[in-house]
Amino acid sequence: MIGRIIWKKGAPFFLLLLLLIVWESVTVLLKVEEWLLPAPSAILTEGIESFHNLSGHLISTTELALTGFFIGSCIGLLIAAILHLFPSVKEAVYPLLILSQNIPIIVLAPLLVIWFGFGMLPKLIVISLVCFFPVAVASLDGFRQTPYELKHYFKMMGAGRNQLFWKLELPHSIPFIFSGLKISATYSVMGAVISEWLGAKSGIGVYMTLASSAFRTDRVFVSIFLIMGMSLLFFGIINLLEKYFVSWKRKEGEKDEAGN
Amino acid sequence: MKLEIKDVSYSFDGKQNILENIHFHVGDGEFVTILGPSGSGKSTLFHLIGGILKPNQGIISLDSKKINGLKGHISYMPQQPSLLPWRTVLENVLLGSELAGIRDKEMAKALLVKAGLEEYEKAYPHELSGGMKQRAAFIRSILSPQELMCLDEPFSALDELTRLQMQKWLMSVWEENRRSVLFVTHSIDEAVFLSDRIYVLSAKPATVIKEVVVPFPRPRREEQLLSDEFFNLKRELYAALKPTVTT
Repeated sequence: MIGRIIWKKGAPFFLLLLLLIVWESVTVLLKVEEWLLPAPSAILTEGIESFHNLSGHLISTTELALTGFFIGSCIGLLIAAILHLFPSVKEAVYPLLILSQNIPIIVLAPLLVIWFGFGMLPKLIVISLVCFFPVAVASLDGFRQTPYELKHYFKMMGAGRNQLFWKLELPHSIPFIFSGLKISATYSVMGAVISEWLGAKSGIGVYMTLASSAFRTDRVFVSIFLIMGMSLLFFGIINLLEKYFVSWKRKEGEKDEAGN
Repeated sequence: MKLEIKDVSYSFDGKQNILENIHFHVGDGEFVTILGPSGSGKSTLFHLIGGILKPNQGIISLDSKKINGLKGHISYMPQQPSLLPWRTVLENVLLGSELAGIRDKEMAKALLVKAGLEEYEKAYPHELSGGMKQRAAFIRSILSPQELMCLDEPFSALDELTRLQMQKWLMSVWEENRRSVLFVTHSIDEAVFLSDRIYVLSAKPATVIKEVVVPFPRPRREEQLLSDEFFNLKRELYAALKPTVTT
């Protein structure tokens, strides 16, 4: 029983470990050049050695990602609320929202630098642009999918538009909003790194560009793993917050599982 | 007179009437039941009283004030309990009064005790059985400040035994408060057991075809369900309903 639980919970970890072992043995057995593909062990040593150097980059990227994530999510929620409360606006704006996601960031980013300089602003715009969309779409779905019978009760009791939104539609959509936030949280790290490629004093993106142009493939991999770790961490934090704020939903789920 | 419905007609498309010349009233502190076959427009009638829909013709008045198309004048209990899954039972029963701008936590707690739900104050709705959910929904409508309570087939989803228990419980709570109640059902037994007066509604278009006064004294007891008068009344109502059920 315990063995099964460990296997179930640890399966992704074991798989990752297996991949790393395969990778390590391939590089050793085939004698792959380090600048082509460094072994995981070499990446780890490099990561540990240059940690003091990396921590500054790590902090500025985290700050950037968090700020952008926060702004983007707020904008996403605001847009969703406005579109939901004014259906005529929704018809006009919703297609544009989808189009906004088709702008290639790689092309847009240099333009933003031309318009707004090398400061924080163009970077935050890039991150917000990637982060607002999942939150907006998820919240809109949440607002829209409010059960009919609950809405009907509110209307029969004479609830106004405000009460309907704040007491029913918004709390109902919180689990949906969290789904959007989870996606945005992982996007925000990627967005931060891309925006740092444009030109920044520090950040994982800067470190990555420097390493890549110096053919320090091990350092490129160090930054890749850092980005993955950060995304995972952000995701985990949102997950924890969700468990706290949507505890009623979790209990509901547990009951269903027990029932089956 | 609490609620008065005068010659109310309603149609969705302007051609075929769903309700036709509906005429009835609910007195102060009176328990009145609308008995009608399924699909006879009972819910539409409630939507009109609740102000979600506006009658094409006729007057709906509450305390002699016309309320055609006006919301917020009734306390409502729907068919499904419609409790908010993210609120605890206590927060849920307060919802109706909250929407009207007041919250009386002490009163709510006292009523939960009476309903045998004091242990579930902090529980979420999914932890409750069907009967408990309906009890919470009924307390929610008692706590709502509007004087007229409209109950829309509140027990139709419950099994027979729970249903009888709920009816008895409802009577005991109601006999203490004596609010004006308009109750909708398609069960003859339920109508006779609970009401002071019963209106029988015909099928499409719905109109009042019979009014029956229930002579049993209050408090009502279960034994009355087996008395001869009860069966006579039941027969009378069944005869009135029969031509309306043609399928």
